Amino acid sequence: MSGSFPLGSWTLAEVPELPGGAWSERVAALLGEGARIVTAFGRRDGGDVVASAILQPASGELVLVRGRIDRALGYHALTPTHPAMHVFEREMHEQTGVRIAGHPWLKPVRFEGSAPSAMAAYPFFTLQGKEVHEVQVGPVHAGVIEPGAFRFMCLGEKVHHLEIQLGYQHRGVEALLLRGDPRAHAPLVETIAGDTSIAHAWADCAAIESLAGLDADASTDRGRAVGLELERVAMHLAGLAGLATDIGFLQGGSTYGRLRTTAINTSMRLCGSRFGRGWLRPGGSRAMADAALVDVVRANIALLIRDLAVINDRFVSSVTVRHRFVGAGRLTSEQALDVGLVGVAARASGVNLDQRSLGLGAYREHPVETVTDPTGDCWARALVRIREMDGSLAWLRRVFADATELASVQRPVGALAAGSLVVSTCEGWRGEVVHALETGPDGVLVQHKVQDPSLRNWFGLALAVRENEISDFPICNKSFDLSYCGHDL
Amino acid sequence: MTLPWTLAHLVVLFASPILVVGIINRTKARWAGRRGPPILQTYFDLARLLRKRPVYSATTTPVFWVAPYVLLATAAVSGLVVPLLGRGAPLSFRFDFVFFAYLWGLGRLALMLGALDTGSAFEGMGSSREATFATFIEPAVFLCLGTLASATGGATFAQMLSFHGVDPAMVVVRAGCVVALTLLLQVESARMPVDDPTTHLELTKVHEVMILDHSGPDLAAMEYGAALKLAIGSALLASLLNPFGAQSPRWVVAAANVGLWVAVAVAVGTIESTLARLRLNAIPRYLLAALFGGVLALLASVWRAGGAT
Repeated sequence: MSGSFPLGSWTLAEVPELPGGAWSERVAALLGEGARIVTAFGRRDGGDVVASAILQPASGELVLVRGRIDRALGYHALTPTHPAMHVFEREMHEQTGVRIAGHPWLKPVRFEGSAPSAMAAYPFFTLQGKEVHEVQVGPVHAGVIEPGAFRFMCLGEKVHHLEIQLGYQHRGVEALLLRGDPRAHAPLVETIAGDTSIAHAWADCAAIESLAGLDADASTDRGRAVGLELERVAMHLAGLAGLATDIGFLQGGSTYGRLRTTAINTSMRLCGSRFGRGWLRPGGSRAMADAALVDVVRANIALLIRDLAVINDRFVSSVTVRHRFVGAGRLTSEQALDVGLVGVAARASGVNLDQRSLGLGAYREHPVETVTDPTGDCWARALVRIREMDGSLAWLRRVFADATELASVQRPVGALAAGSLVVSTCEGWRGEVVHALETGPDGVLVQHKVQDPSLRNWFGLALAVRENEISDFPICNKSFDLSYCGHDL
Repeated sequence: MTLPWTLAHLVVLFASPILVVGIINRTKARWAGRRGPPILQTYFDLARLLRKRPVYSATTTPVFWVAPYVLLATAAVSGLVVPLLGRGAPLSFRFDFVFFAYLWGLGRLALMLGALDTGSAFEGMGSSREATFATFIEPAVFLCLGTLASATGGATFAQMLSFHGVDPAMVVVRAGCVVALTLLLQVESARMPVDDPTTHLELTKVHEVMILDHSGPDLAAMEYGAALKLAIGSALLASLLNPFGAQSPRWVVAAANVGLWVAVAVAVGTIESTLARLRLNAIPRYLLAALFGGVLALLASVWRAGGAT
């Protein structure tokens, strides 16, 4: 395995295509053995649906279960026994129309094309009783919040159930990515979720390079990882600033916000974009720094480390901050594993899941410690961010201690291999980003599946706010910090 | 009260909301390492709102647009009974503090009815929270003011609040009242840690969510009315802390009151800069501190009365 993150590459002629029943049984068997579902998706092929499930056993490499399912006949849903499959089955049903028998709630994940009627078939749940009231927030929000409909079913101030309906930002990303030369898609991929530009670009570049038979070299990997860790630091700072602002903790809000500027300006100096746009391209990493700029970067990292130590201490030791966050929006490890959470939200519920921990590529020489917290409340999600940020800055300091310069690398990318499926992952700041690219017999892309961690984690938020105060929803929401556009595609 | 002092009182009353909010915001900005908005920013905001045309939803009835002006009128009249400049107020009569408390109560009722009139789930929640908090703070405030009245033998705000010498029991009575009035200020003016005046989160707000649907001059009346209550509440605290009594020249009392007023505004800004907002379900417990202050004041006054006989 080359590169910094798990990547699976299969020549499809060599992979057996199981019929519906056998496919779901095989997936269930692997899940039963303790493997984790990474992604599952389908594609229409005549009257059939070609389904792919990617699983990750404890060893870390990716396993493919490929199926050819009759659309009308379908298969028995995996969701009732393996709830982590729920969003994948909903999405597959929405995108391919395959029959999934026994699925409890096949509500569309997003508004697909011109058929919003499917969404109308699944109205919001209702709760009845004298003391019950419902609160609808969105889909149009105040300010610059992206659209999403939240329906709270409350008993007084207590939330009994929250239903989140998304899809308003559906832009047809996956269809758009099938047009034109996939090797030129990086600028588009960077805009799938603007706050995760680098992680999405990396997952996409790694997949393209694998299809083109190009092995990532150490220098490219290191350059990309610098971008990814800067993105993580910047977004964790933004998240903490948001959390502090939401509880009215002025010092946290202003200081974390100020430091975020230092982090994104460092990216600006290295690649010309504060959000890391243009940093990654297939075959290359274009951030550049000479000795003088490396000194600037070192100074910025030192400043972040110095000032963060002060504000982190303020944040963690403030009684009122702790009072707001401790116990709010608690999610147990069992719940997190059940619904298949990834990233910060999973680790804050004690799930040891960080693709960087495999120690591949850029993380081999300078490993990053996986941060977990067993409690699963808003406080845990804030602490995990703080500690991950510290880890990323320590990693950056070690990398720049050795480096005297950061070279821009660009190697030619050849034609894509025909009849292949590549699934690549990248541990972005929010969690695991997955891109799956499949080429047809002529080497043309037939499917480009994009998966932002938000797709899986939104349901975690809905679970976390149950039996919480409705007034604590904003901080629960901010502690997950999920993307609408990354989910809606 | 002589005419010049009455005029001074009125000028101070109507200018103070803008200045007090300005000082609080400037204090918060300094704590955050920012330069902060101009002291007169509230004035500019109000002037901008007054130029706008209000928008009314089809759900609302006249209650909705009357509410802001009831709030504004009650707040303005309540400012006439409070000794803003230390000694005496333009409107002063026996038990005027009861009149004061129910003027604020009437303003709050108008605010809540206006919010409920929109039919919005958010504003309903805000009203419910406002009513809950008021239930906790009102008895404590009456306990305190009643105790203060009986301990000082005064029946008007001006008499009750003026300084009566250093007497240990009296210090405890006044300290209890300071606690209760500080919490009253935080509840009535929607300040931290009870409510966050700057938050944009509809689900967490109390006061701000109740004025969500108001716009233009109506919103200006709401904002100015709320700022008036904040300024008057701060002035009450300043008078209570004022160490200059009947023996001092009138201008000294007034100057000390204004100085303490600014100090109270700075203190409010500092509290907001260093504390996070309390969790909503913890606020009633926090407000019990006001009741505790009241009980303390009562005990001290009983002890003092016993000592006197």
